[in-house]
Amino acid sequence: MANQTNSSTEMPNHLETATFDGKNKVLGFWLFLGAETVLFACLFGTYLALRNQSLEGPTTQELFDLKLVALATALLLTSSLTSVLAMIKMNERNLKGMVTWLVITLVLGLAFLVLEIYEFLHYIHEGHTFMSSAFGSSFYALVGTHGAHVTFGIIWIITLIAQAIRRGITTETAPKLFVSSLYWHFIDVVWVFIFTLVYLLGKVG
Amino acid sequence: MERLRIWRIGLLISLVMILLAGCSGDPTLSVLDPKGSAAKIQLNLIYWSLGLMTVVFVIVITIFVYVLVRYRKRKGQDRMPEQVHGSTKLEIIWTVIPIAALIALAIPTVQYTFDLAEAPPAEETVIIDVTGYQFWWEFKYPQYGITTAQEVHIPVGKKILFRVHGKDVLHSFWVPSLGGKVDVVPGRVNTVILDAKEAGVYQGKCAELCGSGHALMDFKVFAKNQADFDKWKDQMKQPAPTVATTSSEANGEKIFQQNCIGCHAGVNPNIQGPNLNKFATRTTIAGVLPHNDENLKIWLRNPQSVKPGTLMPKIDYLNKDELNDLIKYLDSRK
Amino acid sequence: MPTLIVLLVLALFLAAIFTGGYNKQFFERVRSSRTWDWLTTVDHKKIGILYLMAGLFFFIIGGIEATLMRLQLFAPGNELFVGRTFNELLTMHGTTMIFLAAMPLIFAIMNAVVPLQIGARDVAFPFLNSLGFWLFFFGGLLLNLSWIFGGAPDAGWTSYTGLALNEYSPGPGVDFYVLGLQISGIGTLIGGLNFLVTIINMRAPGMTFLRLPLFTWTAFVTSGLILFAFPALTVALLMLMFDRLFGSNFFDYTMGGSTVIWEHLFWIFGHPEVYIVILPAFGIMSDVISTFSKKRLFGYNSMVFATVLIGFLGFMVWVHHMFTVGLGPITNSVFAVATMAIAVPTGIKVFNWLFTMWGGEIQFKTPMLWAVGFIPTFVLGGMTGVMLALPPADYQYQDSYFVVAHFHYVLVGGTVFGLFAGIYYWWPKMFGQMLSERLGKWHFWTFLIGFHLTFFPQHFLGLFGMPRRVFTYQTNVGLERINEISTIGVAGMVIGTIFFLINIVYTLRKGKKAEADAWGLGRTLEWSIPSPPPEYNFAQTPLVRGFDALWVEKEAGNKSMTPSEPLGSIHMPSPSYIPILMSIGFFIAGFGFIVRGIPAAAIGLVVVFAALFLRSFDYDHGYHVEPEDPEKGGKE
Repeated sequence: MANQTNSSTEMPNHLETATFDGKNKVLGFWLFLGAETVLFACLFGTYLALRNQSLEGPTTQELFDLKLVALATALLLTSSLTSVLAMIKMNERNLKGMVTWLVITLVLGLAFLVLEIYEFLHYIHEGHTFMSSAFGSSFYALVGTHGAHVTFGIIWIITLIAQAIRRGITTETAPKLFVSSLYWHFIDVVWVFIFTLVYLLGKVG
Repeated sequence: MERLRIWRIGLLISLVMILLAGCSGDPTLSVLDPKGSAAKIQLNLIYWSLGLMTVVFVIVITIFVYVLVRYRKRKGQDRMPEQVHGSTKLEIIWTVIPIAALIALAIPTVQYTFDLAEAPPAEETVIIDVTGYQFWWEFKYPQYGITTAQEVHIPVGKKILFRVHGKDVLHSFWVPSLGGKVDVVPGRVNTVILDAKEAGVYQGKCAELCGSGHALMDFKVFAKNQADFDKWKDQMKQPAPTVATTSSEANGEKIFQQNCIGCHAGVNPNIQGPNLNKFATRTTIAGVLPHNDENLKIWLRNPQSVKPGTLMPKIDYLNKDELNDLIKYLDSRK
Repeated sequence: MPTLIVLLVLALFLAAIFTGGYNKQFFERVRSSRTWDWLTTVDHKKIGILYLMAGLFFFIIGGIEATLMRLQLFAPGNELFVGRTFNELLTMHGTTMIFLAAMPLIFAIMNAVVPLQIGARDVAFPFLNSLGFWLFFFGGLLLNLSWIFGGAPDAGWTSYTGLALNEYSPGPGVDFYVLGLQISGIGTLIGGLNFLVTIINMRAPGMTFLRLPLFTWTAFVTSGLILFAFPALTVALLMLMFDRLFGSNFFDYTMGGSTVIWEHLFWIFGHPEVYIVILPAFGIMSDVISTFSKKRLFGYNSMVFATVLIGFLGFMVWVHHMFTVGLGPITNSVFAVATMAIAVPTGIKVFNWLFTMWGGEIQFKTPMLWAVGFIPTFVLGGMTGVMLALPPADYQYQDSYFVVAHFHYVLVGGTVFGLFAGIYYWWPKMFGQMLSERLGKWHFWTFLIGFHLTFFPQHFLGLFGMPRRVFTYQTNVGLERINEISTIGVAGMVIGTIFFLINIVYTLRKGKKAEADAWGLGRTLEWSIPSPPPEYNFAQTPLVRGFDALWVEKEAGNKSMTPSEPLGSIHMPSPSYIPILMSIGFFIAGFGFIVRGIPAAAIGLVVVFAALFLRSFDYDHGYHVEPEDPEKGGKE
């Protein structure tokens, strides 16, 4: 650690793109997010085409509870903010600060997941399952894929925290942390679309 | 040497062309021999686009052959070609001219696309509900209350509105002589408007891979003059004879009731086979074999050998007499 | 499943016997073996060779499938392969040729050439490069194992739902399709991403975007198309997997689903895919034609522009595969006009090639022969392409042999001819030996003649009313003779391919050694370094001073490139076994899902995640090599 503080004066402002590998990693990750956008766009398209095919099951109006979803949205949006704060700490070479904010991010993400699981269980109880209708399939495919992304993000960030604690904030760990934060923001943006196109639109009809 | 080879291949291609010109399609199946107004419009567009494209092809090939012959490296030659960057003038020419050609192509295309989709006035059209099943076709005439299969009869000169339904997988309804195809999509109703300009029997095909028997999912279109069509219509509307005239027919009817009725009379909506009420009027068995007793036996004994993948079960457990009686009964259905 | 375990155990036993038993030395020996080196390599040149070999292997398998189909169609009423078997052949032929032959061969050439053309020592992500290859390979393997384990997929390479659902395709065939393609698709996506970053970030000093050789440009646009098209396939396959394995209802219309959604998703991927496989062929043509005409590429800027435009328009035309679905005249017209528009940039390319040759000094070496054969063939395919874009006419062509003829003219006449040109052109760079010109010419002429003989008549089959994907046809409707000719033509392509294989074997044994500038006419950077290049490619990163970087130096009278850095030790990435391990994990998981063995699937996924963790915690810094000084000659 001492080693790092000594050399920090020579280090560039953005640690994540300080090395060539770092630059590649960040650019590559942006492009990967482009592919992810297409993936979600296809899931959204399918959902919008099938959302009224609920057969005998409950419709979107009957099903969705905006209060719960609004709470989940707030949690996830806040986690995006804390993730930004973690990155600021990272570029300040403040390991402790960074880890603290990352842990808060994780807690918020976990809380979001718990809410989502609770929501799904509730829906299944109402007779809205993956297999009940085309609406069910497309709903769980879209929201579930997002949930799977959140889960993966949480596991990923945990392993990165472990690496950061072991190795400190270096030009090798920084790009990894930075792209994980990009990923986290992306999940957040997708959720904003889910909130509007699935839940709000579903309430409107 | 190289030049020689280019001519050689040119010769070969033209040889193939001549060979092909020798064979022409069948007048009941060929896109190039239209018998209906839709097919005629489509062929016009095919020829128009082919003509334009041939002009393009000839220009390209002329330049191509000239360049290859003129600028090939000759023996002992070691020339340094001028390293040209390009030519804005030329590049504009071969951007603008194709655009003009494409506009000349796009205008009739859009025009015809809308023309073909336009529904004719309802009172003048014959409506036929087509349903594609694995691997057979059902035709219903809602105006006349007729249901038949594999063979559809239409009056010459009248617009026919085919409403195409699907129950299992995708199929595609295609009568090349009368016009282009439309897909059979389960869960939606597609329409296609066709007519026949002259009387005749035209062949229909399934054009979308639908399973093992896809190649044999054929049907026939009988275009008839109005009088003949009306005659056919009246025959079809008459109920099939209910009383058996001979004892073997009566026995055949019993066998039919015991073995076939489950699928062939619409008792179970999930398992459906062609309606056999007017079976004896059809010219084919299963849409592929010529209709005679021998072929009917082959079909009944081993349907899979005739049409792989068909849902029709083997009727190989009947003895000879029973089979003959069944066939007699079926032959009386007209 | 038990068979598999028995085979695995047996293989382990045999390995133990042949290597002298299981001990510490065993691992040492494995690690230092050449096989291990190839399995774990992250060197783009070696990965290129792996892609080439795997691609050719699958090309031959796909070719055999095609030959068998044509044999069945030689005469009406043939009973060689009927019904389901024929459908399996046509499905596997299409799937194999597109995903397992065309794609890897393109990646082979991209791997072998792109880093050299931009003056880079490697790709941006050597590890991902290896991962991409192994995922493709194991995905392809999984797909082809279907022949042994319960039957190949039989719903067409488009796998339209309805037919592809459990109810109508009950065997495991379509599951193999879904999981095999999913795994190899992820590999392709990774490969595309890698090349995008490589071309954006790894260019040598002075190599601006408008100095990139055209092959690199097309590789760039193709990679972009891969990145944005493959996720649509991923989603479609995922949904089909859910429908088949977990009872969801995306495509089951009785449960509110829609098969049209599959068609849309498939073609949103599928149409860009057409350009993914054709654009690199355009790039190869541009490089080959310019080289063997001894002339700068005519209209470079408009070529680049046309490439980008084709890539862009490629995403807006997918509905032209669905004109007969019944989407209405407005939709059909819009997509028809968009499709026709693609003819303009394509035409620009053809004329630019012609005028590149105009005034040049054309040498008919084998790569150039393929390029010259490509032009008229591809133009024919383009012509029918425009004709197919017109919805009213398409109502007649759609799903008939006319379409089969059209896409073989663009995919064989375009992509395959292009790939052969590229293989002949860069083989000396990849292997350090010249392929035999004599055998190459035999290969070209037999293949070209066979190709036209097979596919030209098929236009008429379609117009005479023969639908595609049929295992038989009627007698006496004018189809017999044309089908006969078409089948006879296949012999030409088979013989041509055999010549090619003989050429490869012959060359590997006693081929002529290749110079750095193997054809003596090199214009781009790859010809400035030895054939084959050292593992670090460039001892000193070159300084690029214009388009056709090497040619610029040649014109200035220099023998080699001007270096942009002093000679020094070069950092190389370490080989890694994690890519192949992870791919095996995916393979096991895929197989588990197919046999509905959830424990096996879980084991596979555990392997995948374990490999991911291994990678995440892996801080291997690679190693350094001292390059030999090109001025002083080799020391090796």
